[in-house]
Amino acid sequence: MIERSYDVVIVGSGAGGGTAAVGLVPLVEQGHRVLVLEQGPRLADEEFTGEELEMAEALYADAGGFLTADGTMTLAFGQVYGGSTAVYTGTSLIAGPHVIEAWDIPGLTHTDVTERSRQYMDQNNVHLLEPELINENNSLFQKGCEAAGYEAHQFPINVKGCLGSSLCNLGCPNGAKQGTDRVQLPAAELCGVEVVTRAEVLRLEERAAMVRVSEKPPSEKGAPSEWEPGEYRVSARMVVLAGGAVGSPALLLRSGFGEHLPRLGERFTCHPALILVAEHPRPITNDVGHPKSFFVDRADEEGYVLETCMYFPFVTAKSLVGFGEEHSRFMAAFPRLQMILVLACDRATPGNRVTIDGAGRPVVHYRFTDEVVRALALGTRASARIFFAAGALRVHAPLASPTTLGAGEADRIDERVRPEHFTPGTVSVSAAHLMGGCAMGRSERDSVTDGWGRVHGIPWLRVADSSLFPDSLHINPYLTIMALADRTAEAIRLDAGELLAAGAEAGGGETEVAGGGPAATA
Amino acid sequence: MDERGWTDVEERIEAALRNRSPALRRQLCLLIQVLDWMPLLRYGRRFSALGAEARAAVLRRLQRSPALVLRRGFWGLRTLVLLGYYGRPEARRAIGYRADPGGWEARRRTTAGEGKGDEA
Repeated sequence: MIERSYDVVIVGSGAGGGTAAVGLVPLVEQGHRVLVLEQGPRLADEEFTGEELEMAEALYADAGGFLTADGTMTLAFGQVYGGSTAVYTGTSLIAGPHVIEAWDIPGLTHTDVTERSRQYMDQNNVHLLEPELINENNSLFQKGCEAAGYEAHQFPINVKGCLGSSLCNLGCPNGAKQGTDRVQLPAAELCGVEVVTRAEVLRLEERAAMVRVSEKPPSEKGAPSEWEPGEYRVSARMVVLAGGAVGSPALLLRSGFGEHLPRLGERFTCHPALILVAEHPRPITNDVGHPKSFFVDRADEEGYVLETCMYFPFVTAKSLVGFGEEHSRFMAAFPRLQMILVLACDRATPGNRVTIDGAGRPVVHYRFTDEVVRALALGTRASARIFFAAGALRVHAPLASPTTLGAGEADRIDERVRPEHFTPGTVSVSAAHLMGGCAMGRSERDSVTDGWGRVHGIPWLRVADSSLFPDSLHINPYLTIMALADRTAEAIRLDAGELLAAGAEAGGGETEVAGGGPAATA
Repeated sequence: MDERGWTDVEERIEAALRNRSPALRRQLCLLIQVLDWMPLLRYGRRFSALGAEARAAVLRRLQRSPALVLRRGFWGLRTLVLLGYYGRPEARRAIGYRADPGGWEARRRTTAGEGKGDEA
């Protein structure tokens, strides 16, 4: 076991970890040592090839195929330098006031979230894509919305020098997307924050992280770790969890914090989504240009959000229900396909939670509530109207039986698309907005942290990621994650004098410490 | 698809499974066994000995099975087959998928080369 010692250790380098890293630079300037541990690799620019399978393997946990406990939903989250910011499309929305107010977290106001979000919009070059760069997959959505009576809004996105590869979800091959891998982490590293990749945190002990640094397999992408492969005990006066809504609660659970924090793992939400596909009579520009320019927000009225999207051959094939001739016909029409993502705005529900298995690996339990299934059906109906209004010939609707709707059935959409056609395990449902698990709240009776990411009763332990969300956000979450991580960093800076000095008096966190756990620190 | 194509599909599936848990690989093996023997009562033959039409009928029943474990097993198998098939550059080309890291500029070049003018 190799011993290392730092003042602050951040676990994870995504929207939360990257923001926390840059937010703690003032501590580095005061002479403190800050370390970021990232489980995934650090890729060189030329390794982003846009090849679907090899990039999914390199950038996503389980190559993008992480399944919920009953196997009925795929959860996609990044495991790479920059976390999920390396694989999102960069859509940047500020959380709505009603959502933050409904969270009812003491000290957390919508004004504060907005101001902090704006700061990162500026840092990450968020703007509206120029009209001439919007492809037909997106412009047809806008046209269809106008014709069908839906209000389409344009997504602000965080790109700089976007060439329109359409490959955002496979990591931008041109370094145009301004995620934490391009902005916050390099800035933090330049100021002295250390980032170690291929470093998996196995468990936490009292003011320490037990870490396994892996060797780079010869056939895999990415650089070797900055540290020699092996087992490390990294002592830290403070630990900041930013491993995401699956990783952070799972790490706390396998470290034995569950007894002290009875709400750990609860309030998991994820905006379950269907990828819908429609065929037009002519080829459209779909696999060139930024994939996500517009959305329709019907969260308050009908519980769903529609977004433009464009996926790759394997993911598209997986999203279509069934097999055989009908499946192949849609795939063979790829240059004529328009796509819409239907996201259900789910609510925190008892039983939907993160646990761990016997080996300490995360297990996500998720049951589709009637409200979620209804929202997916309503969103599918709206999408079908938009597709047909835009001129599509036929629509693949997983919640219809049979699943193909022809243009001649445009007046029978409500009759054809029904919630009762939703069959878990047959319909491909995926989610990439993973939230909750270490929810903010008032005390350990209702939550895991306070409104500043301080874990209840454990002053040296903080959270700075989407696991803080006490309920779903109804929009793409990364700006809000950055806003909350910024608050966590601010609280650490405020508390640092006392906590880091206390650690120093106790021996600088460098001596051998046994077990410990939450009870010792509560 | 020729023999080489099928080998490519199999290799891609094997590569995808290489980093998965032993438990998942065991479940997959079990499911393939179940699938192979399932048609014996109805057709008097194993799945691997059935014709294409009968195979499709068995798979459709599996897909619509009242048992979640069978539906999700079928979904998993189908996902792997689609991964192996559409993971191949030949399959992507065949369906007309043309995404390129060079984006709009690359598309303009390709389209100009095809003599179709500018799409952007």
